[in-house]
Amino acid sequence: MVVPKTIGIETEYGIVLRGTDDPNPISASSMLITAYLSAAQPGRYPRVSWDFEDESPSRDARGETSLSALAPEIETHLVNAVLTNGARYYVDHAHPEYSTPECADARSVLVHDRAGEEILVESMRAVDALLPPGQEIVVYKNNCDGKGNSYGCHENYLMDRLTPFGQIVHHGTAHLVTRQIYTGAGKVGTEMPGLSRHEVDFQLTQRADFFEEEVGLETTLKRPIINTRDEPHADARKYRRLHVIAGDANMSEYSTYLKVGVTAIVLGMIEQESIRRRWIFADPVRAMQQVSFDTSLGRPLDLEDGSRVTALDIQEALAADARRHVERHGTDDIGGSVALDVLDEWESTLASLRSDPMSLADRLDWIAKMRLLEAYRERHELEWSDARISAMDIQYHDVRPDRSLARRLGLHRITNDAEVTAAMSAPPDDTRAYFRGECLRRWGDQIVAANWDSIVFDVGTDPLRRIPMMEPTRGTRAHVGTVLEQSETPLELLENLRS
Amino acid sequence: MAEREQRRKAAPSEQDQVEDLPASTESGEKLKADMDDLLDEIDEVLETNAEDFVKSYIQKGGQ
Repeated sequence: MVVPKTIGIETEYGIVLRGTDDPNPISASSMLITAYLSAAQPGRYPRVSWDFEDESPSRDARGETSLSALAPEIETHLVNAVLTNGARYYVDHAHPEYSTPECADARSVLVHDRAGEEILVESMRAVDALLPPGQEIVVYKNNCDGKGNSYGCHENYLMDRLTPFGQIVHHGTAHLVTRQIYTGAGKVGTEMPGLSRHEVDFQLTQRADFFEEEVGLETTLKRPIINTRDEPHADARKYRRLHVIAGDANMSEYSTYLKVGVTAIVLGMIEQESIRRRWIFADPVRAMQQVSFDTSLGRPLDLEDGSRVTALDIQEALAADARRHVERHGTDDIGGSVALDVLDEWESTLASLRSDPMSLADRLDWIAKMRLLEAYRERHELEWSDARISAMDIQYHDVRPDRSLARRLGLHRITNDAEVTAAMSAPPDDTRAYFRGECLRRWGDQIVAANWDSIVFDVGTDPLRRIPMMEPTRGTRAHVGTVLEQSETPLELLENLRS
Repeated sequence: MAEREQRRKAAPSEQDQVEDLPASTESGEKLKADMDDLLDEIDEVLETNAEDFVKSYIQKGGQ
């Protein structure tokens, strides 16, 4: 069975509360989100909270649970809202976190990721009015603080349960280690244990410093390249949700687009056994860091069989296999026509990385950032270790449009403002997020709770009614648009769904 | 901006010697001009006390 690659991105944002000696990031995050919810639709914004009924983040895809594995905690007491666009907006680990709704292709998830950024910007505006004079909350879309603390931008991909997990580990590792050459958001210095901060001038990714294992369940310490969390938020007999924690939060739309678009294609190729070669690194964790540290893109990686290849070599071979895969199997399950465009852009990006990486300075985050910092360094004759360079590294990720250095650079756009604004309140219409979002928009005050795979209605005198949504590709406008139109109330909806 | 001609030290591969040639294309020219403009205005946008800003940017670890 081949499973359509339903995709989502969850981003933990960095947060700073200025103007106080004792900033509390948890309450700052809560205030930020609450302010948004109140301002978005005063008095009537559905304050629907998250339903934790089916959460089991400690389940392990390898079928065993190691005693040393720390199950991720669920913090049920913190602010946790579901929005009319089908997204989840909440406080997690002292950060505001935004999870996009389930999307059917890379372009759609990009639009919703950008909508998330705009929601954070709106949240800052809303909270500004509530803070005492002199205080300010600022949010950053990055993954580290330069002091060894990291927070994630995770991708989720729906996969076939029958695909052997070992295949995902082998090919997934080869891809996740080498895709850094276009997914990296760039970073000044290193936070790798054992190295001093400026032993490395500049590296491709924010995250590579923080990976210590090849495979595992953790997300907050001893982070693994392949995460084994087995919590599909869907019918577990049919589906697996691959939870990818080895990526950066991207400011560049193009980087996000390639990151999720190519990964969806590669996972589809794993399911169909379309990858012709097995690349097994002698030391995957080391390879991850080597790729990130190598701005020349030329340093080869050691494979287990004694041969050596560069990250670019592996990506080129994967892209060639992808071209064959698409010719044989089409693109229905990897994003349709969007996947064809992703494949074109992937090939052209690899060609540019081979011949003239700097020509991608308006597309890839790490190149855009490196070029900006180099130019600034030269103009002001600064060392890489200068605080001004580190400050710019952080400020690249400031989400305020006037302050964000990424936005000031005028990077290549894929989305347009109108669709991003629409996605702040409207769900994608081609996944089950449509049903969730539409129900919230119509009957928010009669919904008690919602999560990825169910909605709980309070229809008055009856007991609470839960509608399960175990199929991520059902509940689309095509499936339920008419039923929703014909239902005046949740009770009618329940009756119409039954018939 | 003659000093920009010799930017980037971490680029040992042979392709990089022609790095400035592609910049003579239309988009390359635009990028350069944009970068000059950005650098001109950037000091106004940047955090005023870089050292304090960097020092106080402390996050709790997350996922």
